[in-house]
Amino acid sequence: MAKDDGVTIIVMSGDMDKVMAAFNIAIGAAAAGKETNMFFTFWGIKAIQKGNLTGKGFYGRMMGLLNRGGINTIGPSRFNFGGIGRWMFKQMMKQHKITPLEELRQTAIDLGVKFWPCEMSMQVMEIDVDNLIDEVEKSCGVATMLEMAFHSKVTLFI
Amino acid sequence: MAQTVEANVKLNLEGLLCPIPVVKVSQAVKTMNIGDVLEATATDPGVMADIPAWTKSTGNELVSMEKDGKLIRFLIKRTK
Repeated sequence: MAKDDGVTIIVMSGDMDKVMAAFNIAIGAAAAGKETNMFFTFWGIKAIQKGNLTGKGFYGRMMGLLNRGGINTIGPSRFNFGGIGRWMFKQMMKQHKITPLEELRQTAIDLGVKFWPCEMSMQVMEIDVDNLIDEVEKSCGVATMLEMAFHSKVTLFI
Repeated sequence: MAQTVEANVKLNLEGLLCPIPVVKVSQAVKTMNIGDVLEATATDPGVMADIPAWTKSTGNELVSMEKDGKLIRFLIKRTK
């Protein structure tokens, strides 16, 4: 159906606000009937992690400890104040009846948005496929992402 | 305003915010036959811009859209 008019979103950021924008755009694109792919790299991988501790070596385990928790533990890019900002944002979102991040991610999945984890980031940060949510596609690299981008009309880097 | 078009499907989007109205509309339209009409009510002011944009990008027809106080009512005809 869709020919060269898909949407590709590269999610580099692991900040709550930016991840929310990324899922929002993906959902809008999928709802408009566009083939939508999200490529998660570096900090963005946190948005598709189950949230358990990761890492094998000393550095990897340290990283896993600092980066522990899934999508519900990510804070906003500004005004996080060691987690208080995250809590405040969640309260405000609830007040204004904004869909929580995890539900937003599920909506994207339900609409057929595909999630691609970056293999290189996973190796560097020692994050295993088992640490990611079950809905992800196979891990890939820049060539796969570009192949999607070449067939997209809209490509975003968030 | 008298409505000449009869809706086949009705959708209540009141209280829902972006991007959920667009998601629900797209899911509802998907279940309809071509030529069927969806009638929806919403309260998010963003809907006033988003629904026309959605119909434009999907190629469906926005039959009407009106705002009465906070309540927005619109009709979409599935054409594709």
